[in-house]
Amino acid sequence: MSEKDDKVPAEESSPAESPARTDGPTASSTSGEGEPGAKSGSEDATATKSPETKPAGRSSSALVDTVLTTAAAIFLALVIGAVLMALSNQEVIDSMGYFFVYPWDFFTRSFDVVTTSYGALLKASLGSGEAVSHTLNRAAPLICAGLGVSLAFRSGLFNIGAQGQIILGTLAASYVGFTWDLPAVLLLPTSVLAGILAGALWGAIAGLLKAATGAHEVISTIMLNSIAASGILAYALGEMKSFQRPGDELGLPQSPPVPDSAAFPEVFGVHLGVLLAILAAVVVWWLLTRSTLGFELRSVGANPDASRTAGMSTGKVFILTMAIAGALSGLAATMLINGDQASNNASLVGTIGFDAITVALLGRGTPLGSVLAGLLFGALAVGGGAMQTSSAGTAPEIVQVVQGLIVLFVAAPAAVRWLVRQRRKEPTDTFAAKEATA
Amino acid sequence: MKKTARIAVALSLAALALTSCGERPSDNDSDASGDPSSSESSTTPKESHPDFKACMVSDSGGFDDKSFNQTSHDGLVKAKEDYGIQTAEAESKSDSDYASNLENLAKAGCKHISTVGFLLGDATEAAAKKHKKIDYSIVDFGYEKPAKNVKGLGFATDQPAFLAGYLAASQTESQIVGTFGGAKIPTVTIFMDGFAKGVDYYNQEKDADVKVVGWDVDKQNGSFTDDFENQSKGQSLAEALIRQGADIVMPVAGPAGLGGLQAVKQADKKAIWVDTDGCVSAAEYCDLLLSSVMKGMDVAVEDAIKSSIDGTFTNEPYTGTLENGGVSLAPYHEFDGDIDQATKDEIEDLKAKIISGEITVS
Repeated sequence: MSEKDDKVPAEESSPAESPARTDGPTASSTSGEGEPGAKSGSEDATATKSPETKPAGRSSSALVDTVLTTAAAIFLALVIGAVLMALSNQEVIDSMGYFFVYPWDFFTRSFDVVTTSYGALLKASLGSGEAVSHTLNRAAPLICAGLGVSLAFRSGLFNIGAQGQIILGTLAASYVGFTWDLPAVLLLPTSVLAGILAGALWGAIAGLLKAATGAHEVISTIMLNSIAASGILAYALGEMKSFQRPGDELGLPQSPPVPDSAAFPEVFGVHLGVLLAILAAVVVWWLLTRSTLGFELRSVGANPDASRTAGMSTGKVFILTMAIAGALSGLAATMLINGDQASNNASLVGTIGFDAITVALLGRGTPLGSVLAGLLFGALAVGGGAMQTSSAGTAPEIVQVVQGLIVLFVAAPAAVRWLVRQRRKEPTDTFAAKEATA
Repeated sequence: MKKTARIAVALSLAALALTSCGERPSDNDSDASGDPSSSESSTTPKESHPDFKACMVSDSGGFDDKSFNQTSHDGLVKAKEDYGIQTAEAESKSDSDYASNLENLAKAGCKHISTVGFLLGDATEAAAKKHKKIDYSIVDFGYEKPAKNVKGLGFATDQPAFLAGYLAASQTESQIVGTFGGAKIPTVTIFMDGFAKGVDYYNQEKDADVKVVGWDVDKQNGSFTDDFENQSKGQSLAEALIRQGADIVMPVAGPAGLGGLQAVKQADKKAIWVDTDGCVSAAEYCDLLLSSVMKGMDVAVEDAIKSSIDGTFTNEPYTGTLENGGVSLAPYHEFDGDIDQATKDEIEDLKAKIISGEITVS
């Protein structure tokens, strides 16, 4: 198992070691093969496959490479977003009608639209203390759920089930929060714990199915998502009076928000759940790199057959991994219920469970990457709302297009390199690309 | 380089060909650019209040949901045209957007903010308490104790649905009519209640025995797609109703209902549309539609904005009824010739009785 040199050394290695492109050919020859089932472990591409040759140096240059590729992907996505923004603006369209008479109009107006829109985005997501607090609150569930998907990636499991796990988490956390009559000191932790456990349970089912029957986790998690959303959530909100607001004659399908005693305390508008999200990232990092379970997990991810031969129980790893991934999704659910004090309804979770997959992809399956990607997507989500109320009136869908493009470019680093003329000899060397080849 | 240059020339020629006939608007005062999109703004508004800004926040369905967000948004657009006001809008992508969208619009200087749907109930109330100088209206929702600056806009859609049920019962050949909903929420089931009661009323009056499938008034249970988007779900539900013998189907499921119309078309049956006049909003199915149960969300929104412009805004909830025209039964369009005059008169008579209170629908 050659995984010892993955994430941590990469971060810790000193810059002095970094000009170590010398061993590039080795990396390309090994990473090109993409061993079967090796979905995990390769966050940055790196050097996971040939540990004999200067692991630290290679990791650090690979890290630089990853950062560059990601930055280039974000930049390119923003540029394309800018073009779309300009071309979807009525004034710019009008100015194209007389482009050859007053070509300058087209450019000034496009420039205005793009700067106004991105200006509004930046201002709303980072421009003030309040803006930053909005971004952090928005990022928290994405970070948690992203961590859950990342962790599963590392053990070779493609966890599409974050959505269902979050839904179960919201149900448990909100139900405990608004019905149990506990003193405030206990109510918040109980409600949060309920959310985490419900998510863990829902995740563990997929792991159990895989361990016991070999059922593919992609299929089973998708099915579990449907059961959670169309089955349990719809039934609870639609049919169970105890989930609906007391005294609501109409029987609207929504729960009450949890009381203040079950809400995360706020500091400067940031609820403390955000701290829990960061803490969760640290725990996941520790788990992956410093614990026996983490070693087994990455080992199974790299090669389940070899791990089994080495005496590991792959079934145990699958179940535990999915349970922990589900627990992280459950934690994401508490960010909505106990953090935002949102009322539970059919659209509460929205697409967070699926955004978590893109967070994990962009974060290359690493804890730090998930935090950064979650923050980026949180900022984009907050800023996207502000773009449409700015004078440019840019559609918030642009933000989703930008998010999609970022992930697309990250997944296709060769295309990005070609586009930015950052020619290097290494082929597919990202987490996502390896996913594809594996 | 040669290749690049060739491409550049080709592109600029294409651009030239495509754009050569445009003119800069400021060159000539009148709107002569020939651009259809700018000609809309040239219709002279009845009034002009350039300082008044009306705004709207959608729920997570977005303004292009071909359903209540879109119809409400039409009201905002109409208010802009009719009263010469400024508008702004914020489309919500998730529940987390509601509060921030409302706050952004308040900062943007809106004087009247409309929100759409019960999901925004809490956020709208919170915003109204924070910004006491802004008027708020919320479509399809009402508060028990509304804040001074929030107006709930409700609709007694069971009234026109009652008429539609009566109409369907009079037109069915199989003696079975059907309906299904997008979700079991009050704003949907009220249509189905009215429809079934209209059928019952016909049975009483005419001593007939027309059955309703897809909705049981007493048990308050029936067929739902649990999805307002997925047309294939609407289609399979409508097919199931048709298999049960229904020859007239009323889908109450927004865009998912379009799948229902597709099923009706394939089976060569008839349908009744809801929310808007189906012969306008889903014109390709007009030849199937006996009529439509119209819910005037656009009218209600426009009226609420108007009252803010005039300074007559109150927090008294609005309820669209047959009497005030907030809800209505659409024209019969292609079936106008098929429906006999007696039935038409009976429906007019029923409408009058509902308005006078002689018949209570709910």
